[in-house]
Amino acid sequence: MYDMKALYEAKSVEDTIALLQKHPEAQIIAGGSDVLVQMREGKRAGAELVSIYGIDALRGVTMEEDGMIRIGSLTSFSHITKDPIIQKYINVLGEAVDMVGGPQIRNIGTIGGNTCNGVTSADSASTLHAWDAIVELTGPEGIRKLPIKEFYLKAGVVDLRPAEIQTAILIPKEAYEGYKGHYIKYAMRNAMDIATTGCSVNVKLSEDKKTMEDVRIAYGVAGPVPMRAPSAEAVAKGQTVTTEHVEAFGKAVLTDIKARTSWRATKEFREHIAVELAKRALTEAIRLAGGEI
Amino acid sequence: MRIKEKKGSETMVVGKSVNRVDAVDKASGRTKYTDDLCGKNALIAKIKHSTIANGVVRSIDITKALAIPGVVKIVTCFDVPEYYFPTAGHPWSTDPGHQDVADRLLLAKRVRYYGDDVAAVVAENEVAAMEAVRAIQVEYEEYPFVLDVQEAMKEDAPQLHEDYPNNVLAHTDIRKGDFQEAIKEEGLIKVEGWYETPTVQHCHIENFICFTYEENGRLVVVSSTQIPHIVRRIVGQALGMDWGKIRLIKPYIGGGFGNKQDALYEPLCAYLCTQVGGRLVKLDVSREETFVNTRVRHAIRSHIVTYVRPNGDIVANKLEAFSNQGAYASHGHGIVAKGMGAFPQLYPCDNVEADCYTVFTNRSVAGAMRGYGIPQAMFAVESHTDEIAKAVGMTPIEFRRKNLMPLGYEDGFSKNKLYADTFNQCMDKGMAYMDYERKYKEYQNQTGDIRRGIGMAVFWYNTAVWPISLESSSCRMILNQDGSVQIQLGETEIGQGADTAYAQMAADAIGISFEQVHTVSCQDTDITPFGTGAYASRQTYVAGFSIIKTATELKDKILEAAHELTRMPVANLDIEEGKIVRTSDGETLMTLAELSTTKLYSLEHSQHITAETTAQIKSNAYSFGCCFAEVEVDIPMCKVKLLNIINVHDCGRIINPALAKGQVEGGMSMGIGYALSERLIYDEKTGKALNNNLLDYKLSTFMDHPHLEAQFVENYEPTSPYGTKALGEPPVCPVAPAIRNAVLQATGVSVNEIPMTPHVLFREFEKANLF
Repeated sequence: MYDMKALYEAKSVEDTIALLQKHPEAQIIAGGSDVLVQMREGKRAGAELVSIYGIDALRGVTMEEDGMIRIGSLTSFSHITKDPIIQKYINVLGEAVDMVGGPQIRNIGTIGGNTCNGVTSADSASTLHAWDAIVELTGPEGIRKLPIKEFYLKAGVVDLRPAEIQTAILIPKEAYEGYKGHYIKYAMRNAMDIATTGCSVNVKLSEDKKTMEDVRIAYGVAGPVPMRAPSAEAVAKGQTVTTEHVEAFGKAVLTDIKARTSWRATKEFREHIAVELAKRALTEAIRLAGGEI
Repeated sequence: MRIKEKKGSETMVVGKSVNRVDAVDKASGRTKYTDDLCGKNALIAKIKHSTIANGVVRSIDITKALAIPGVVKIVTCFDVPEYYFPTAGHPWSTDPGHQDVADRLLLAKRVRYYGDDVAAVVAENEVAAMEAVRAIQVEYEEYPFVLDVQEAMKEDAPQLHEDYPNNVLAHTDIRKGDFQEAIKEEGLIKVEGWYETPTVQHCHIENFICFTYEENGRLVVVSSTQIPHIVRRIVGQALGMDWGKIRLIKPYIGGGFGNKQDALYEPLCAYLCTQVGGRLVKLDVSREETFVNTRVRHAIRSHIVTYVRPNGDIVANKLEAFSNQGAYASHGHGIVAKGMGAFPQLYPCDNVEADCYTVFTNRSVAGAMRGYGIPQAMFAVESHTDEIAKAVGMTPIEFRRKNLMPLGYEDGFSKNKLYADTFNQCMDKGMAYMDYERKYKEYQNQTGDIRRGIGMAVFWYNTAVWPISLESSSCRMILNQDGSVQIQLGETEIGQGADTAYAQMAADAIGISFEQVHTVSCQDTDITPFGTGAYASRQTYVAGFSIIKTATELKDKILEAAHELTRMPVANLDIEEGKIVRTSDGETLMTLAELSTTKLYSLEHSQHITAETTAQIKSNAYSFGCCFAEVEVDIPMCKVKLLNIINVHDCGRIINPALAKGQVEGGMSMGIGYALSERLIYDEKTGKALNNNLLDYKLSTFMDHPHLEAQFVENYEPTSPYGTKALGEPPVCPVAPAIRNAVLQATGVSVNEIPMTPHVLFREFEKANLF
């Protein structure tokens, strides 16, 4: 039995905005795999909810004329994994969200919910950071778009203004064209787990596959919010494809990440794993891009 | 009477993989569990738990909570009666010296762990009850607390119970030969190790739940329990009521694994019912509470010192084991004592010194859990055995073949005897399945980041609780008009398949088909003959005695009636396939249906044919086996991948091979979690459990398992009328040390702590300079 004050079902994005304006205390609920858990824990006891789950316009993956990939915020994880556009251009995102929880969660959970929840461990978040994703928000003032890095403000808090909802995640063509990526979720078991650390790397190789023209790396659970490792990216960019350069790239992530000791893991352990993941994810991304290492 | 393989033995059902009697209902969701049976008008009870780990409740303010709409009653620790009661699901003893420690009250003024029960709310619905729980204000006087078992034994440690200085609930020992003298022999090699096992939880699918209502001045308690007759007694003790005024009903349950071999919240729920005028009260605990407020497995720290000759002879063996009891006595010392009992038997040695301690700490209460101290003991002993083998340059198999309990070994106390060459037979099967010899050689002395290893461990187990406690089983059989038979036993179905095994045994014993036996699954203390329930892997073993005895009585009555109706002498009559058969010529004289109907409705001599007997069992049986595991260790990632695993068991004759296999697979899964991922973590600063949910507590999933292979060696157990013995708990016992020994072979690193999580492996690999 959930301690719920009221549930309003929105019929459209406009309707959602109107409902949120009318009920400023209300919490948006999509699939509910985070919100209902929090309510059960008593954190949102007595909450008013605005359900957007019925807004089909927010579902699905499309490619826009300029090659921009548009993922509607209500698109479920299992949908993303099986979507042909995702599989063709950013397959790693489909692989990453296929590691969320178990099958039931992946059917109900949405990419919009995963990012709006603002947690550092979200399996989609590090990959979206690595791909320079753009978040589309719709509110009373209209639409605004911002880089995903700016969307995350601090642990559990994202840049959503009053009566605003996230309507899409966008991946620009220049961010994915020519890139291949790999995500490693490091967790304590092989299903039904959240990441101890997640690492997503993508790489663009030169035509002869010998040089890393560009490398992007992002982590979940290496700091309070998902983050890129710019020092490591700089170390690898323009370098030849060798194990030495991969090794240097791995070591360089330590200047960027902010691991800390908690009951879940020590700082030393997290750093050790972060370095190993960087090396392995880059190696695999290079291999996927046609490089040899 | 012994059930012989007689002519037409294809009609015998023991030994066949017949479908579970409850299979269709369970698979189709029709089976009714406790919550399905509870009236929808039930009042809901919720518990206020302490937010300190040690101290006393100074005051409780319930004013705000009482004002919440829907709240019916709030009871605090200042209101409950002062009847101290024990909770362990042991048979009662009339000897006060053997009774379980009575250290519980319904609610606690003296708080002994973070989460102890200080008040309870009864409300019209769950939302109101939870709101009231949050609104109750409790003022505590806080004491320092202790979580570590050896810290708790120190002179200046916080004391939990006045009567137990240094928090030691019990200390027992074993002395054999002269350890100190024996170790003076020249040329001995000393092998010493400390072995640590974690606090883990049973994680049965159905959380604990019960409900109570009053009927005609008596309390009816329906509970998800393994031990209805025992819980009835404990509810009576806790409420100061006559035991006959309590009726305990046990429906189907979603697993127990020992957690429900304890009175959990039945006494509190029954009491709350009395406080609201006998109205129906339901107490349904959450998963979070199940972790913290029911029972856990004892974390045990073991210290073993062994002196061996270079040829592998064990000269002297010493054990100290420290068992973390948590806040209250529950099953107490029985757990570590069972492990200690195995120590001098598994690898017999002339000079033994063993001491075991059960110690109170401010953790969750430890009770019974599948294996009852043996998984802990086997982790220590079998990890240590590989260390000894390594020290003397023998392979793990050579050392074990040389030193394990030999054929014909008899234990003086229990009179248990090893009637077959079980260990060697089981190891042979395990080795053949794993291709052990080849892999063992191939995996020696590897280098590189990714390495493989193969390991194994044996285990000691026994069946039932004799001669420590009473063993008795009662059975009732009722002949129906159609010739079918209802059978009732006090030993409960808890998912293991007991009802099906009973039906198989009864069918053969009476001479009717499996389909003609109807096991009454539900135990109701008003109706079901007395039995102590499901625990100690005893159900099939002890029920076998009462089923045979009752079937014999029933059959005597049936044949006497057949004589009456046919005038043929009883000596020439038998029951075969549900018919009365004249044995002299094989002629069928009548069906059981004809006999039963004729007798029941006879105007001359009407007879309702039933039988009921109690069997007291004064024997016990060893149930041994082994586990082999093959792993791949990714050293930089600090991860162990289990590639192959097999358990081999000698549990005597198998009643139902498919069910036996299911038991072994489930136990192996539990063993894998124990080895690699499961551990309840407590905050050092507050004593609070940090991961009491199924996300943060890493129960292994089937994505973490390879194929689970279960094989058997069937040596007929002579002490059982069906030749069978324990299989419920044994499968979990050897798994963790087998995996640990495989990691040892792969990496050369002795990991003496489970679970071998990446965190532990990181620390150990770093120490061993593997990075």
